Amino acid sequence: MFPFSAIVGQDDMKLGLMIAAVDQSVGGVLLFGDRGTGKSTAIRALASLLPKMRAVTVCPYACDLDSDHCEASHCGVDRSKRRDKLMPVPVVDLPLGVTEDRVVGALDIERALVHGEKAFEPGLLARANRGFLYIDEVNLLEDHIVDLLLDVAASGENLVEREGLSVRHPAKFVLVGSGNPEEGELRPQLLDRFGLAVDVSTPSTVAERVEVMKRRDAYESDHAAFQRKWSRQDGKLRRQIVKARELLVSIKVNDSVLEKAAEICIALETDGSRGELTLLRAARAYAALQGADEVSVSHLKDVAHLALGHRLRRNPLDESSAGVRVERVLDEVFSE
Amino acid sequence: MSRELPSHDAALVALLLAAHPHGLGGVSLRGMPSPERDDWLANFRGLLPDGSPWIKVPVNVSEDRLLGGLDFAATVSAKKPVFATGILEAADEGVIVLTMAERIPDAAASIIGEAMDRRTLLVERDGVTRECRVHYTVVALDEGIDDDERVAAGLAERIAFNLKVRDLAGFQVQLDEWSDADVQEARDRLSSVEVPDAIIEQFSQTAAAFGLASLRGDLFMLNTARTLAAFDGEPAVTEAHAATAARLILPQRATRMPAEAEPPPPPETEPQEEQESTPGTKDIPDDILVDAVLAALPPDLLDELAESLPRSQQGSTGGRGGPATRSRLRGRPVGVEATRQVSGARLNVLATLKAAAPWQSIRRRGERCGALALRPSDLHITRYQDRVESTTIFVVDASGSQAAQRLAEVKGAIELLLNDCYVRRDQVALIAFRKDAAEVLLEPTRALARVKRSLSALPGGGGTPLASGLDAARQLADSVSRQGRTAAIVLMTDGRANIARDTSPGAEKAEHDAMNAAKLLRATGLRSLLVDTSRRPKPRAQRLADAMGAGYIALPNADASRISGTVQRNLAS
Repeated sequence: MFPFSAIVGQDDMKLGLMIAAVDQSVGGVLLFGDRGTGKSTAIRALASLLPKMRAVTVCPYACDLDSDHCEASHCGVDRSKRRDKLMPVPVVDLPLGVTEDRVVGALDIERALVHGEKAFEPGLLARANRGFLYIDEVNLLEDHIVDLLLDVAASGENLVEREGLSVRHPAKFVLVGSGNPEEGELRPQLLDRFGLAVDVSTPSTVAERVEVMKRRDAYESDHAAFQRKWSRQDGKLRRQIVKARELLVSIKVNDSVLEKAAEICIALETDGSRGELTLLRAARAYAALQGADEVSVSHLKDVAHLALGHRLRRNPLDESSAGVRVERVLDEVFSE
Repeated sequence: MSRELPSHDAALVALLLAAHPHGLGGVSLRGMPSPERDDWLANFRGLLPDGSPWIKVPVNVSEDRLLGGLDFAATVSAKKPVFATGILEAADEGVIVLTMAERIPDAAASIIGEAMDRRTLLVERDGVTRECRVHYTVVALDEGIDDDERVAAGLAERIAFNLKVRDLAGFQVQLDEWSDADVQEARDRLSSVEVPDAIIEQFSQTAAAFGLASLRGDLFMLNTARTLAAFDGEPAVTEAHAATAARLILPQRATRMPAEAEPPPPPETEPQEEQESTPGTKDIPDDILVDAVLAALPPDLLDELAESLPRSQQGSTGGRGGPATRSRLRGRPVGVEATRQVSGARLNVLATLKAAAPWQSIRRRGERCGALALRPSDLHITRYQDRVESTTIFVVDASGSQAAQRLAEVKGAIELLLNDCYVRRDQVALIAFRKDAAEVLLEPTRALARVKRSLSALPGGGGTPLASGLDAARQLADSVSRQGRTAAIVLMTDGRANIARDTSPGAEKAEHDAMNAAKLLRATGLRSLLVDTSRRPKPRAQRLADAMGAGYIALPNADASRISGTVQRNLAS
């Protein structure tokens, strides 16, 4: 795995993923942009960066020991006998060509054939619980799979009613998608499920290009040595995430910051209050990453384009990019 | 190994790809089938280690064959799920040959490209989860003729080399003295070849100067140069290797000429450290690489690039010359159906087994069958919804008779229509006519980003070459239908023409030509609609619509959203 900290530039992309790692409630992250810019690399690298979590040993949904979800009906374990252990946070790939039964889970065909038992075989949504669900080429995903995801991503719960099975299980995950806008737009409903959206583009300086090539080449020629070289940097980021999570609960948000957030959203005419909520959560996670004890106006400013860029109403006659429009409004709001 | 490397590109590419398949991805061979093409394939195969898989993939390959799926017969006799390996897994450490690669659907192309990147195949199908290592090389036999028939961009991007079948002649002589043993020797030496920093910087500068959108191009140059050095037995990459690498990789990926290379638009947040000591801020790289690339650029491409719009420097086509987008044509599975009429349909193994499973213990009682007891009532097939994609071609009158205000409304309407395209999986193309000619501003696409760019670049004013506009629409519709899609034409004009086909001014001849063009359009039997955009609708536009066999609507005062709504209703019927 290419180390997260070895990715050259792409600060927005890294920040977006770090924020989601600190506070899952921010919602998903969408990486949209040029090909060959390391979008998939970054997400897969994130997997090895995340601190481990405690989960019930035999639970197919990797529930927390204290959670109510893991009742006997789910995994057949008596509550008093449950044990937990440290395990890696799941980062589950939704591969292209995935079939519906593997996404939501279905009748366990082997047990049905061999023993004539009706048992539920959990799918990818179950595996992604408490972790990340990654969809590459999210704009090419089949519509009927998108429909399944939309509901689960919003409710945090997977409801299976098929083949005589009736199962309900927790499926809370951070949706991470990547794609190339040249190949097609994202359905607005799906776009809305992503808390943050990052515009990823090819590095603009030759120096960055050189660095990308050098690091990639070093990685290709000796994976292990390269990973060793960067493990200290990755460790630093991991500690930063752990510390930020601890800080998160105690971080303060002043009324003046709340007002500014509302002003920004009103000026940008974003629909509903989700934009505002995401903006605040992202700013709080960002402040935590910086080790601050309260959210400042500059934190808001730094994450506004990530949280709001994809929520703007389309204006056919305004040619400027979403990032530029957010920037413009920020200037207005903060100049007063 | 002190002998000269072949000077023939096709011979060189065969050697390079055989020696460093994972770093170079593959090759596309563009052109019609020919003995030379067969020879090249045979020679390339001869350079690979004995027993390497060599798998031909037909254009209509299904996802379950690519990725693998449940093996029905084996599952039934074993009474437990048995997975049948897919093509990609079988091709590990070998080659997959894509026949008619330009027609491979995007979804299949994405699957093939994705596994190349990850070097791992991830399958989640039919109740089976499988992860395995795959390394394969792709040979794409691209038989496209027109510019718009190309290998899907997502796959083309991951293939280092492009050869033309017509340039293959004479390669074979140069390969005669090379054997798979030489290739193996070079392969063993690869990891010890050094690449000097100065050369890496040159690659990056050259790539930036030619506007390469993706960094994969940079890496392909690096890997090509290293492999060349390995063949030469050199300990490090030399300038000559670098020049050859640039010549082989860059031309087909260039999106602009180095002369017009200005620094790209500044990033939205300026980097804090100003003027860091970057050795590579000069835009024109060492001449040797640029010269090598320029010499290899075909002359027509040179002209194209020289004129190319400076606005789209970010490489709107993802590094390829052709339009990036082609959509999926296959029907999408819309459900499973119990049926006894299985012939001709695709049996849904999983559903069938699930239907049979609960009854096994009961059925076995009466019979002595060892295998699974299946009844006709268990059979399920997958239903597909066969969807023919449609492409709506907008033909916009951008002449002086269309006031600027109207043009803005038309632009808005097109963009609103496009907003629905994702859901309907439709595509949109844009042709504008003004002054003395019509121009295809946008090849069929579904990407809003591209439409925005070309709409904003659309100027207004000048004469009205209506006939040229109609001709251009007919030609584009023709090429759309050849790709198996249906085309519909929406003409937005006031129906007034004043430039004839031969670009001479004069209303009479111009209108005569326009009527002729309209009749030709009618003969194609395409669905079309004329939106009369003049302030006071006149019978002139109505006559033109009749000649075209088109529906007619007058929208004297409509705004963008009304135009888009009306067009949708009229074309839907």
